Amino acid sequence: MKKIVIDPITRIEGHMAVETFLEGGKVKEAKSSGTLFRGFEIILKNRDPRDAARITQRICGVCPAIHAYTSALCLDDAFAIKDKIPHNARVIRNLILGSNFLQSHILHFYHLSIPDYVDLGKVVGKVAPFTPAYEGDFRLSDEVNAHLATHYLQALDIRRICQEMLAVFGGKMPHNVGIIAGGATLIPSVDRINDFKGKLKEIRDFVDNAVLPDVLTVAKAYRDYFEIGKGCGSFLSYGGFVLDEGRFLKSGIVNSDRQFEELDPENIAEQVKHSWYADSESGKNPSLEETIPSPEKEGSYSFIKSPRYKEKVYEVGPLARLMVNYFTRQEEITRVAEPLLKELGLQIEEVPSVMGRHLSRAVECKVLVEAMSTWVEELVPGEPVYTEVEIPEEGEGYGLAEAPRGSCGHWIKITDKKIARYQVITPTAWNASPRDDKGVPGPIEQALIGTEIKDEGNPFEVVRIVRAFDPCLACAVHLIDTKGKDLGKYRIA
Amino acid sequence: MSEEYPVVWFQGAGCTGCSVSLLNSASLKFKDILLDEIVPGKKLNLRFHPTVMAGQGEMIINVLRDTKEEKKGEYILIVEGAVPTLNNGIFGAVGEKTILERVLELGKNAFITVAVGNCAAYGGIPAAKPNPTGCKSVKRVFEENGIDTLVVNLPGCPPHPDWMVGTLSVALRGLPLDLDEIGRPRLFYGKTIHENCERRAYFDKGKFAQKFGEEGCLYELGCKGPYTSADCPLREWNNGVNWVIGAGSPCLGCVEPEFPDNTSPFYRKLSWEEMKNEKNCN
Ligand code: SF4
Repeated sequence: MKKIVIDPITRIEGHMAVETFLEGGKVKEAKSSGTLFRGFEIILKNRDPRDAARITQRICGVCPAIHAYTSALCLDDAFAIKDKIPHNARVIRNLILGSNFLQSHILHFYHLSIPDYVDLGKVVGKVAPFTPAYEGDFRLSDEVNAHLATHYLQALDIRRICQEMLAVFGGKMPHNVGIIAGGATLIPSVDRINDFKGKLKEIRDFVDNAVLPDVLTVAKAYRDYFEIGKGCGSFLSYGGFVLDEGRFLKSGIVNSDRQFEELDPENIAEQVKHSWYADSESGKNPSLEETIPSPEKEGSYSFIKSPRYKEKVYEVGPLARLMVNYFTRQEEITRVAEPLLKELGLQIEEVPSVMGRHLSRAVECKVLVEAMSTWVEELVPGEPVYTEVEIPEEGEGYGLAEAPRGSCGHWIKITDKKIARYQVITPTAWNASPRDDKGVPGPIEQALIGTEIKDEGNPFEVVRIVRAFDPCLACAVHLIDTKGKDLGKYRIA
Repeated sequence: MSEEYPVVWFQGAGCTGCSVSLLNSASLKFKDILLDEIVPGKKLNLRFHPTVMAGQGEMIINVLRDTKEEKKGEYILIVEGAVPTLNNGIFGAVGEKTILERVLELGKNAFITVAVGNCAAYGGIPAAKPNPTGCKSVKRVFEENGIDTLVVNLPGCPPHPDWMVGTLSVALRGLPLDLDEIGRPRLFYGKTIHENCERRAYFDKGKFAQKFGEEGCLYELGCKGPYTSADCPLREWNNGVNWVIGAGSPCLGCVEPEFPDNTSPFYRKLSWEEMKNEKNCN
């Protein structure tokens, strides 16, 4: 079997390597591997529980806001105040998280993904960091190619403005200080509201005039990528953006037979048979689980664990949210998604794929700029944003929310007013997970398997599939195997 | 033709937040930094940056190798993230070698090293107790391995983009960097937050907020501004939109070597002695 190793995979968050084994020009086996461990769950122990909303943000600088958000939900739960969060605070939290979604999605499409579809070197010249790069499969006409390259540069400004919009209530970005257990820190003023709105308008124009048309342009030129990287076909969402009643983006699961089911968090468990962790912890719900590394364990090849729902593999992320909200007929989503599907001549069943994941992100950008324009008007100037918290002697809680990259969960146990246990399951742990106890590969691995690699010297298909998931490896990864494993370099053997 | 200064931006044990902060630069925009001269006649040539570069895999590992050999003594090394050292650094690797090996070999041949973010400068979050991967600062691993390349520390979690762009501009203009005793340019880290804070008048009058959202100085809510040196209150963040204390949150002390262990609990008032009693520099 031929082997292609790509290490490092760039234009993602964190450190990642991918190994694929080819037979007859097709991927027969695939392994994704993270290459950095920082041990957040260990670092969090014995700290003041409130600090978790600050420290967990440092898991990922590209989308830290979701960790502040999920952690705050988790702490609100453990402090028994989750029904007492003031309306203003709930709105501010959503505006902060929404800003992060927009920056993350725009960054992902233009700066992390477009270099795989648009020949930037042709426009800006063969200069670093646009060269070296894979060669060959650039299909856009010179004119369209140049147009999208201009948007690459314009999007640098727009994503910056997303960060500035976040900072209006978040104080700074990356790593906001505005979301805390009990609510938020800043009472909104008319001035701040206007500042936020002005920025949102500019972003909204860009979404309408660039993001949506550009994604369609790329999708039409690379139509075959609706057939590539289909993945596991089952989708899960915790539900995103807490409203006074329920959630804006619905929670639930859609199985490969397209049946919708309500979500019950009790059914989430992490398996570790192929991960470097003690088997005694396999199959446990995160509220009970300890992280016990076991780097010598036979048959393991990753330190990412395998989160599973009812012991089955699920993809999370914008595509999963699109599927869940489409099948539950969430109107804000279908209204945006349906015309786009029509223009591409696609049925919803045909969306799961590399291009479908990019399309889902564009849908979400549009849905969010519209929703946030409404939410910001719900803020009441001068009204409180905070409910006093009291740290209990003993307590437990969890928070589930949706990150730009998918479902994010935090679980806490408090003893003596301190953190006794903290577990995080990040979206990328779902998507980049290794084989589970039954030997079933994770979603990214499944998306790679069966793919035809046209040019082994420039394996575009592999990197396009991996990046379409927008993996965030710093989030997912727990250790690295340097012993004897050939994760070293990109080569063809 | 402008003179080009090769730059290698290397990521260790970090979160990419410093890179994202650089992307947020609003004085000189990121595209100006990439494509234009940043001081007259001189431009940066960002040869290696894992988050933005087009290439991947072996082709970019070759960029590291070539820069290190062909541009010996000429390139600027920027390190984001701490350096895991436990068990010879097996907790982090990039393209077949550990982060430790790469930082050492890149550092040895660099003209200057800039440690961006608290992790690279002082160990930061990954080095927080119990420091599960033995993370250390860049300066520390240089010292332990006899590397004498100058290290400029630009702490912050993340650092303000102006501090990064400003420091590079000072260096390219050939002006003195004027570093303090913990390696930070005084230009940006010369005064405490407390000295220039917009809530200082409240502090002086003894009006302290007791609850989030209240008017007043945030000292009782845990503000570390009196012990923290940076120009956030004057510069503000994200194009001057707001800043930590402006958003009603206490300062977390993220530019200090004591961050995060001795500047936390973040929401509890700590005395100078509590924060400074045990040097926590990794
Ligand atoms: S808020 Fe912090 S920095 Fe500002 S005056 Fe009070 S203690 Fe000093």
